[in-house]
This record gives sequence, C-alpha cells and structure tokens, in this order.
Amino acid sequence: MLRPCQDRIAPHGKTLSQGLQVLNRMAAISARNASPSVPRRRGMSDRQIQWLFIAPTLILLVLMNIFPLFFSLYLSFTEYSVIKPNNPPVWVGLENFRHLLQDKQVWTYFALTGRYVVLSVALQTLVGFGLAMLLREKFKGNGLITTLILIPIMMSPVVIGLFWKLIFNPSYGIFNYLIGFTTPNAGPDWLAKPATALGAVIIVDVWMWSPFVMLLCLSGLKAIPDYLYEAASIDRASSWYQFWRITLPQVAPLLLIAILFRTIEAFKTFDLVMGLTGGGPGDATELAAVNLYRVAFTRFNTGESSALAYIMLVIVMAVSNLYVRSLNRVREG
Amino acid sequence: MAASPIGSNPVIVATRVDKVGTRANVARIIRVVVSLAFALVSLIPISWMVVTAFKARSDIVSAPPKIFFTPTLEGFVNLLTNRVQIPQDQAKAKLAQPNLPLFDRIAAERGQAITGPSQYTGRVLNSLIIAGASTVLSTVLGTLAAYAFSRFNVPGKSDLLFFILSTRMLPPVVVTIPIFLMYRDLGLRDTHLGLILLYTVFNLSFSVWLLKGFIDEIPKEYEEAALVDGYTRLQAFGKVVLPQAITGIAATFVFCLIFAWNEYAFALMLTTERARTAPPSIPTMLGSGGIEWSAIAAGSLGFLIPVVIVTFALRDYLLRGVTFGALKK
Repeated sequence: MLRPCQDRIAPHGKTLSQGLQVLNRMAAISARNASPSVPRRRGMSDRQIQWLFIAPTLILLVLMNIFPLFFSLYLSFTEYSVIKPNNPPVWVGLENFRHLLQDKQVWTYFALTGRYVVLSVALQTLVGFGLAMLLREKFKGNGLITTLILIPIMMSPVVIGLFWKLIFNPSYGIFNYLIGFTTPNAGPDWLAKPATALGAVIIVDVWMWSPFVMLLCLSGLKAIPDYLYEAASIDRASSWYQFWRITLPQVAPLLLIAILFRTIEAFKTFDLVMGLTGGGPGDATELAAVNLYRVAFTRFNTGESSALAYIMLVIVMAVSNLYVRSLNRVREG
Repeated sequence: MAASPIGSNPVIVATRVDKVGTRANVARIIRVVVSLAFALVSLIPISWMVVTAFKARSDIVSAPPKIFFTPTLEGFVNLLTNRVQIPQDQAKAKLAQPNLPLFDRIAAERGQAITGPSQYTGRVLNSLIIAGASTVLSTVLGTLAAYAFSRFNVPGKSDLLFFILSTRMLPPVVVTIPIFLMYRDLGLRDTHLGLILLYTVFNLSFSVWLLKGFIDEIPKEYEEAALVDGYTRLQAFGKVVLPQAITGIAATFVFCLIFAWNEYAFALMLTTERARTAPPSIPTMLGSGGIEWSAIAAGSLGFLIPVVIVTFALRDYLLRGVTFGALKK
C-alpha cells in the first residue's frame, strides 16, 4: 500500500537545513546566556497575544461585514429605497422574499448562473489541471512560461471584458480570424446572439482563471514526494495506475480548494459581464450578480435587492459547505 | 560530480528510474512544446492590447484586422490629455511651429489642441495609494491572525474560520448598500480611507486562510525550542516564525495586491471623484465617435505594468510559496 510517510520534514531538504540553522543559532544563544535557572517568561501571556493578534481582524470583519450583513437582513424585510432618504424603511415582513421566489424571471437568472458556474469552473479545472501536469517537471524556461501564463489573472476583469469585446467583434476583431473565418463578418457575432453570448463570457472567464487553478494544482503536484512514484515504478505500476492512485488523491485537497474559490467567485461574476456584454443581448447573460446590481442601483429597489442578495448568499454558502465537507473527507481519507 | 571515481564520493543525487531513456525525453519535449504553445495562445489577447495601444483609430477598425501598421502615440495622447477641436487653419499654423512638443503635434495632426492633462494619472495614483495601503494592512493583520489561529486554542476556532471565509462569499453588491449608508453618515464616502478599509477587510479572509496553511507547516518545535531558551512568545514569533513564513507572506501579498489593484464594483459604487481608482474610469473613456479603443488599450497597459513588475519580482516566492502551503495535511 502506498502511503505518504508521516515524516513531514524529510522530503524538503531546504526546510530541514533551515531548521538546523535555527536550532544551531538557538543553541549558540542559549550557550551565551547560559544560566542554571529555569527560563523566565517575560512579556505578555499567550492568551493576551492570541487576542491581540486576532482582535484587529475580528473587529474589522464585524464592523465591515457583520454590521452590514445584519443591516441588509433588516432591509430585506422592508420597503425602502436609498434614493429616498426621507422615506424611512417600512416593515413588510416576508413580502420581498415571496415576491422574488414567485418571480419566474429570477429563477431563470439563477438557472443561467448555475449553468455558467458549472461549465466555466469545469473547463477551468480541466485546463488548469492539464497545464499543471505539463509544467510540474522542471525544464528550461519552466518558471518563465508559468509566469507568462499567469498574466491574465493580474488584470482587471472589467478591462478584460471591455477589451474582449473588441476581440470578439465580427468585422475587426481577431477572434473569428484565429478560429478560421478569414472574410470579415463571415463568422458568428458572438456577443450579439443570445445562443453564443454566454459561451463567449465562459471563454473569457476560462482564459482568465485557468491559470489560477493551474497555480494551486502545481503547488499540490510539486509537494508529492518522489518516493511514491519510485516505489510505484519499482512495482512496475503503469503510469495510468500511478495517475489514479498517487497523483490524483495527493493533489485532490488543493484542487478542491481551487474549485471552491473559483465557484464562489464565479457565482459573484459581475465585472467581467459588465465589461463584456452588460448582461445582454436582451438578458442572455444577465447573471445573478448583474441582476442584483440592476435591482439595487438602477431600479434602486433597496429592500427587494437586499432580499435577493440574501437568497444568493444562502445558495453560495450551501454550495461551499458541501465543498468544505468533501474537502475534509479528502484530507482525512 | 559524474566524473569523480565511484567510492571517493558518496552518491547524493539519485535519478528516478522512470526519468531516463528516450521515452522520458520525448515526454519532456511534448511538455515543453504544448505548454509553450498554450502560453503563446493565451498571450494573444494581451499582445493584441499592446498592439492596439499603438494603432491609429482607422487601423483599429479595419477589416480584416491589421497586424502591420504605422505605430502612433495617438492612444496615449487621448489617454493622458483633454483636447478640444480647433479650426483647420489653426491646426496648420500649430504644425508649422518648429519645436512643437510631441503630444501637441499628434493632437494637431487630427485638428485638436491639448487643453490640459486628463484624470488618468490621478486615478492611477489613487489606485497606488489605496491598493498599496490595503495590501500591506491585510497581509500584516492576516499574518497575526493566522499565527494565532495556527498556534493557540482559540475558542470556537473552526466556526470563526468558516465565518472569516464566508465574508468572501458575499456578492459585493450586498455589502455595498449598508456600507454606502454607513459611509454616508461617517463621511467616508469617496475617501481613500474608506476604500482602504473595505479592501483590507475583503482580502483578510483570503490572507488568513492562505497564511494559516503556511504557518501550520512550520514545525512548532522551533518556537518551543526558542521559548525554552528564554525568548518571549513575541520574540519567537518575530525571529523564528516570520522568517520561515516569508514565502507564504510574499505569495499572500501578491494575491491581495492583484485583488485590490483591480477591484471594480466597490470603487464604482462608493467613489465619485476624489478617491476614484482606475478600473471604473478606464471603461468610461468614450470618445466622440464611439469607444476610443487605443486609449483604453493604452490605459489598461499602463495599469497592468505595476502589478506585473511586482509579480515578476516576487515570482520565486509565489511559486515556491504556494508549494509550501500545499503541504498541509
């Protein structure tokens, strides 16, 4: 049975030698001020340090997240608009939720978002994992290629969206030329047809975020100790078997973290769509977050938008909870 | 090493049995070719952006798209200056001046006169201040909190950690409404401080999670040894843990910077003028006759460069750092 050995330092010569250095230094220090007495604990207690270290983070999160969260929960039960500051919120109970859940349009947008998230995250996972498999072995220029591939994630999604609009243009964009339509306007007008617009958004999202999945997978792959493969190849295990029995299980925790972060982010996709299609044509790419923005800042229906936001939040939290659970199962198993 | 006689040197480098022979070589060539090809294809949109930044307007909208063209700084002129249309004879008179500055000449060639600098540089400066300050803050606070979560028995630890993660699940639009109202009352709307605080909080969840992974990996024994030797907990943290966590800190720094630098939704809804950053202003660069693609491309390019420089500088930390974080069980 192939099992990673429990010694966590051994596969990392660097860490080990750093550790030895630290220990040597500390030995020297303790020799210098060698005193027979038991070392005294000066300064703050651990408990004080613990709260000192955590408090700023928690205070900021409570102020900037918990307060707004409860406030918008309150608003979700009211009829209110931010552009009418003189009309205080009026309590309407579950009216906003009832209205939203009965609205077929809202369900259409959620279904659209679901389709988008699944397709986009699945493609990113495949492409990102494939790239990581290619780049895991060291070769000349490996680091440079990796960094070049990472460039898209450094860009602003709204600018990316805007710029891809130029690239997708049927008469002077390069996308159609690159995929083989050499006469102007002969290729599909990706952003103008409801059938292809969502696909176009997915293409851009995959282009932008596959490198992120790649980066996390790469780190997972590089951490797999060599001796697992050595043992497997001494046992003449096929590379197919090695992939399913060593590579995949070992990289699974990081792959799942990548998928978790990408799923959360994909649910919230807003900037990219705003730059690329603005939700159109019609409402073909009106993802949930874009729709939310419209309810909140175009129609200024603050109460209803808060309720919609809560529905979204519950969905995202349920999905992430599933992921976190399976992540824990993978880590334990 | 290979030339030294066997026996005089101990063998310290092992070669994996499956890493030699022609099959492995062919596999390596395939890896290089495919990954290089992917890198090149994925760089096409960005190269196209670079090319577009130097194109004249007629070259941008020509069909089929032009790969060869006469480069011009028109896009940069449009990006960096405000201009007015002037009568043709005045433009001609301007062009006749012998030592007309380059930007004025380019504008005059299109019958325009420069009236002053545009807002772009100010907006990029705002981005620098806001992204820089919030990245430093969220990395520092994240490191402290991650250390405490990693080393101490914080009551309700896993709930607190899930809570911290869950703050990342909120669509920005949700938090914006209450924060919009809160900032309006506190006078934080359209201020640098307001956005710095907001970005710090949004990055904190990510930085705590990432850094906790790194710090978990540093064996506790190091600090314990330091404590036995009379270091205080704070000294042990500063002198033993921090140097070990530096790769993780650098990786976190890059991720936080990328997010804060490019953030759009909050900046769009919470700033108007004084503290407005570059991302919400680049898409608004609409010219008189449609979108000014070359100005947008030039603006995006100038905006991309700082973050690329930082990422390249910290590249080794980023790759090595994420590797280290992967080792958590």
